[in-house]
Amino acid sequence: MDESVQIFETEAHELLDDMEQSLLELENNPDDLDHINSVFRAAHTIKGSSGLFGYECVVTFTHLVESLLDRVRAGEQEIVPELLTLLLSCCDVMAQLVDAAIADQDGGDDEVQQKTLTLSQQLNTYLGITPADTDQTTVTTAEPGMKKFEPTDIVLGDNWHISIHFGHDVLRNGMDPLSFIRYLGTLGDIVNLVTLWDEMPAVDDMDTESCYLGFEIEITGNVDKQAIEDVFQFVMDDCRLYILPPLSNLSLYENLIEQLVNDGSLLLGDILVQSGAATQREIDEALQHQEGQQAIGQSEPLGKILRQEGVVHPEVIEVAAKKQQQVREKQNLAGKSIRVSADKLEQLIDLVGELVISSANTKLLGNRTRDTALIESLENMSRLVEDIRDTGLGLRMVPIGETFNRFRRVVRDLSQTMHKDIELELSGGDKELDKTVVEKIGDPLMHLVRNSIDHGIEPAEQRLQQGKPGKGKLRLNAYHDSGTIVIEVEDDGGGLSREKILAKAEQQGLINPSQTLTDQEVYRLIFEPGFSTAEQVTDVSGRGVGMDVVRRNIESLRGQVDVESWPGKGSRFSIRLPLTLAIIDGFLVKVGDSSYVIPLDMVEECVELSGMAGGEQANDYINLRGEVLPFIRLGELFQETQNQVKRENIVVTQFAGQKAGLVVDELLGEYQTVIKPLSRIFAHLDGVSGATILGSGEVAMIINVPELVQQVAMNGGWRARGGGGLEMPSMQAH
Amino acid sequence: MAQVAEQDYSEVRADADQNQFLTFSLGGEVYAIEILSTREIIGYGNLTTVPMMPAFIRGVINLRGSVVPVVDLAARFGDESAKITKRSSIIIIEIMDGDTTLNIGVVVDSVNEVLEILPADIEPPPSFGARIRTDFIKGMGKVDGKFLVLLDVANVLSVEELSLLDEAQQKPRLETSVEDGLSIPPTEGN
Repeated sequence: MDESVQIFETEAHELLDDMEQSLLELENNPDDLDHINSVFRAAHTIKGSSGLFGYECVVTFTHLVESLLDRVRAGEQEIVPELLTLLLSCCDVMAQLVDAAIADQDGGDDEVQQKTLTLSQQLNTYLGITPADTDQTTVTTAEPGMKKFEPTDIVLGDNWHISIHFGHDVLRNGMDPLSFIRYLGTLGDIVNLVTLWDEMPAVDDMDTESCYLGFEIEITGNVDKQAIEDVFQFVMDDCRLYILPPLSNLSLYENLIEQLVNDGSLLLGDILVQSGAATQREIDEALQHQEGQQAIGQSEPLGKILRQEGVVHPEVIEVAAKKQQQVREKQNLAGKSIRVSADKLEQLIDLVGELVISSANTKLLGNRTRDTALIESLENMSRLVEDIRDTGLGLRMVPIGETFNRFRRVVRDLSQTMHKDIELELSGGDKELDKTVVEKIGDPLMHLVRNSIDHGIEPAEQRLQQGKPGKGKLRLNAYHDSGTIVIEVEDDGGGLSREKILAKAEQQGLINPSQTLTDQEVYRLIFEPGFSTAEQVTDVSGRGVGMDVVRRNIESLRGQVDVESWPGKGSRFSIRLPLTLAIIDGFLVKVGDSSYVIPLDMVEECVELSGMAGGEQANDYINLRGEVLPFIRLGELFQETQNQVKRENIVVTQFAGQKAGLVVDELLGEYQTVIKPLSRIFAHLDGVSGATILGSGEVAMIINVPELVQQVAMNGGWRARGGGGLEMPSMQAH
Repeated sequence: MAQVAEQDYSEVRADADQNQFLTFSLGGEVYAIEILSTREIIGYGNLTTVPMMPAFIRGVINLRGSVVPVVDLAARFGDESAKITKRSSIIIIEIMDGDTTLNIGVVVDSVNEVLEILPADIEPPPSFGARIRTDFIKGMGKVDGKFLVLLDVANVLSVEELSLLDEAQQKPRLETSVEDGLSIPPTEGN
């Protein structure tokens, strides 16, 4: 795809997202002028840039939307929910039209066309236009293949003025004037364009291969003169180009007029009127003045006259100049980000990862030399490497808020479909996490949100009966907790029904009727494959696949999902995710002959086991300053060869408010760890989240503490204890 | 990795064609695999065990920065785990898992030679009578009047089967991700 088209695509979608967000904001604050303006701006910009690429259908439709928005902005049209619904649908169709146009299918397929037509009619109803008039409201083409851009409210002073007359041979030289103008449009918004055909000879004398046209262009945007000049670089020798910077003194226009051989003054008048800098009446008066002067033999340029007559006040220009300066500074601040392709970033992170490993190795070797100066220098270096790692990873961090915002629309649309009144509350949107994680969390979140709306929140009547407010509440929240991010989806609906889940689970053979389960264990059953209690299958959820997929997707991100529920009061799903997938700070331990890494964020402290447990160690728990600390003997669990160790240590880990001890043979200290994903062969292995390569080249497993503890707790031991290793795999039934 | 003797078979691979097979011994038997699916052969060593995995997953090795699982072929065939001797080697085999290639190492008692077996000399596998599962056998190669088991690498190293931790989990999982469009591509070693 052409690079400029790509930019257009990205920008159009960003603008449409903005537009959607602003529309949703308007729903809450219908009088917020900022949002009205930003919706208008988005539509306007999309129309402008689509025009540059010749996407006729996008322009036509967007123009209608823009016209309606203009009336809203002018206060002629009140903001009512129906209007917002219409505009939101318009947003969707615009996105589809843009995609279709980019795919060289301007107008889209039948379905899109149908939607466009229906919406156009609705828009026209608002605009008070009967279908017969519709054609006139669309953009008319001034010249074949050339679009005439709508004059807007931007005053002349803010725009660059470009006057270009192409040489007669430009077409013969293989240049297309149109493409220059389109390219110019990528620098900024072309707000006005007038075609000059004054050099056009009579039809008989015309050479169809010659170009006789000139253009007067008004462009706005954060560009400099050089950039504009560069646009016309290829025709520089073969054209007359004048570029006037924004807020040019009218004397410059004067000069321009003098330089333009043919009846320039009249055209300047046209331009000034078109761009809204002067009215027709003012020009007419000025021209009369000019003619009068010509009559008495002293011709003065139009611009001078306009200035003399005070039509354009210098003070106004100054104020405008200051204001523009401010706007520009603001834009510069906002524009101080650059787009970097994800691949390059990925590569950088990979390299940083390798750097971390090799730095750890160097440090290890350095320490052996006992050369203080070297060790100190290595210490410095590893600190820098650590900084590079943190900064590098920071590059990929994005706030979760953007993902959250997507749900406003989802909740709005779904609550309408389900005829439920639901309020969405967002918090913690500024919490950052790795982009790859953000991308992958969208779908599971969507599922949870849909689930809460469908199954969680009851219909309004039922809520009122139970003494709850008729309006349901859905809350999305994010917060950081010991090196992980927790995302919560909470509703104030009916909560999970223990009885229903149990009945269903028995029916599905997931549990044994004789089993006694705690509430928590019962609730967790909803994450089992093939489980769905929805009595009624709706199009929103309840297909029986879902929650287990949610769980698996989250687990594949090294995350965890849990559910809490309060009957009659609501339920809360919390997703706990690592901030990044690439590197973690680890705590290196030795169990038997193997090294293991425990994520440092979870390590609370280390205590010696012998002496703590005292005497018979029949129970796997110790008294840690008055608290009961259950522990797992990793050596036993992992079936490592048991070396006789003088003193075993307990690494006390903490996560989600829960403490657990891990008994290890030896503590090796902190270690920065690049996570190497494990082969898919280990997909079903719980308790190990990845591997890492130590400085010595040895591979160490990274322990997933929550998974490990959960497994042990649920099985009252380890299910693979003595099992997996001894069974003969060839006896599998197939 | 420095102490791992690495034998370079790239020259062999260069002119390898469909008819070339790498033979190795395991538990007194000689097996052959297509040379095209082998990537390299390294000496046995520096293996890290992965806890809580069945015996046929011997562990993982660091293969130039990526973590590669190593399968104990003898255990996979249902015998005792292979005894490690000086001649024990790990053959790194490339298999296709969906769209991605996956490297898996297999432990063998010793690597023998590269043989050319023409298609005409390959018989279909016997329906019974072999020591290993029939679907592990691609065919029987006739070499010097003797039969040689040509392994079906895709079945022997089926990711689906290898990833199951124990027999309790071997009941087929319910079809899930397909209908839901929620599936996340699995993360791959290397």
